[in-house]
Amino acid sequence: MRRLRALAASVASVPVTLFGLVLITFVIGRVVPIDPVVAIVGDHAPPQVIARVRLELGLDRPLPVQFVIYVNRLLHGDLGRSVMTSHRVTTDIAHYFPATIELATAAILIALAVGIPLGVFAAAKGGSRFDHFVRVISVGGQSVPVFVLGMIFLLVFYVKLGIAPGTGQQDVLFEGMVPRVTGMHIIDAALSGQWDAVQDGLAHLALPALVLGYFSLGYITRMTRAYMLDALHSEHIITARSKGLSAARVLWVHAFGNVAVGLVTVIALAYANLLSGAVLTETVFSWPGLGMYLTVSLLNADMNAVLGATLVVGVVYVGLNLLADVAYRLLDPRVR
Amino acid sequence: MRDLRVAFPTTRGMTEVVHGISLSVGAEKLGIVGESGSGKSVTARSILKLLPPSARISAEELRFDGIDVLRASEREMRAIRGKRAGLILQDPKFALNPVMTAGAQVAEAWRTHRRGTRKEAAAAAVELLAQVQIRDPGRVAGLYPHELSGGMGQRVMIAMMLAPDPELLIADEPTSALDATVQAEILRLIEDLVSRRGMGLILISHDLPLVSHFCDRVLVMYAGRVVEELRANELSDAKHPYTRGLLNCLPSLLHRKQRLSVLARDPAWER
Repeated sequence: MRRLRALAASVASVPVTLFGLVLITFVIGRVVPIDPVVAIVGDHAPPQVIARVRLELGLDRPLPVQFVIYVNRLLHGDLGRSVMTSHRVTTDIAHYFPATIELATAAILIALAVGIPLGVFAAAKGGSRFDHFVRVISVGGQSVPVFVLGMIFLLVFYVKLGIAPGTGQQDVLFEGMVPRVTGMHIIDAALSGQWDAVQDGLAHLALPALVLGYFSLGYITRMTRAYMLDALHSEHIITARSKGLSAARVLWVHAFGNVAVGLVTVIALAYANLLSGAVLTETVFSWPGLGMYLTVSLLNADMNAVLGATLVVGVVYVGLNLLADVAYRLLDPRVR
Repeated sequence: MRDLRVAFPTTRGMTEVVHGISLSVGAEKLGIVGESGSGKSVTARSILKLLPPSARISAEELRFDGIDVLRASEREMRAIRGKRAGLILQDPKFALNPVMTAGAQVAEAWRTHRRGTRKEAAAAAVELLAQVQIRDPGRVAGLYPHELSGGMGQRVMIAMMLAPDPELLIADEPTSALDATVQAEILRLIEDLVSRRGMGLILISHDLPLVSHFCDRVLVMYAGRVVEELRANELSDAKHPYTRGLLNCLPSLLHRKQRLSVLARDPAWER
């Protein structure tokens, strides 16, 4: 009963958080000294055109009224139209977001596959040369900006060595060849049975996923190491060893078994970060995802698009947090 | 064990905490008493080489049934740990893995040293839980450590260490985290199991009368040294001033005192 109530409380906090997000984004979007009308009609439009468009957009009304109208539309699933693409913002997001999901998922898988073993072994051999090496690697992931790393990767692997394809999601050869089903290029290519397109897609995905994955890897490795050090110093590890278990079993079953639950939260946050924070990586690699959409919209003062994309990012963040919370409650016998 | 010395690294270099302990134990009950920090636990754990890797252990001789523990590989040590010598720690709250059920932890100990299927191990675990006098062992096997009381947790711990049928049981203050009434039950259980199975027992405690009542032989430790070794029934004839001092501090219902005596320490004991 107490557990249910705690869960209900965290679910109930979601709309409040999202309302705050909408409010702040909306206010920032309206107070920036960019005239959305000029952005639509251009600098040289006659004054009467500007006045009419302003009226049409409802920009003559007071800010609170505009906000109420916006929220009302939002609740009906309407994020307005993008000035730049002249599509509905919802349509645009449905178009661009899958590419970001594809990239972020590949990146988090790389980060998990490498970061968790690194963290576990670094903790198991705390203070050793390997531990220091891992620390350097993970601090690097956290402190080298992704756009710098992205450009270095492009320079080395694409320009100099020529072993990786350039920017973008696919080769021009495959442009328009893959029917869109999920929006995730590689999965769509696989669904249509075009294995050469899958291969091409994977090759294009490799560099941006590595760059993003390295960024999360730093965080995941350091958290894994810290949690593992804590677990390895607990009394029950002595018990496990005194039972005559193998070192691997003590490490992975007894120590990591206690850490895994806590890591779920870390991983969910890292994943949410990737889904929202891929802006720079997507720009460097011309990856047609939500980050690029957001950047281009922002540069064009396309406020409806910016608001919409920001909201999606917020929903993803809050949603993944909630999911981690639920998973934690289900997996840990101590809070179950 | 002859002339065991253990040192730990500190900011001022290596600090020796155990200064040359010699002891041997057969199929008997040996008690080790001493105050906190006197080196009891470190001594006991070094028999199984379970000290942190930073600890430096040296000894003229440290053997377990002819096996040189100091030179034994990790693999050889694993054949001793659990299988031939079990270790019971002080507080089951911390000594049991919090995310594994009691049954799974006992079954794991059983399965590590006896070949068998998961099913056999699970059945053996329930059987072992029954042997440590847990009522309704089938239900308890499915509980997590935080759902067990201290006494129950310690019974699970004992069941786990008995699983591979060891020859030696090291109990490191097995009852100090428990209530007084439960303490007696747990000790009776250990005594019963030890004598029925003909095991050796090293009982570490800071409770001198309890140990002397329970064990055949008692070692009194102070500041990393054994200051006195006694037959348990000769406790009242103890000669070392530290032991005498300890006995003198005990409250008694028969000989009441206004104030309990306080131990007067002599730096000479540390030499």
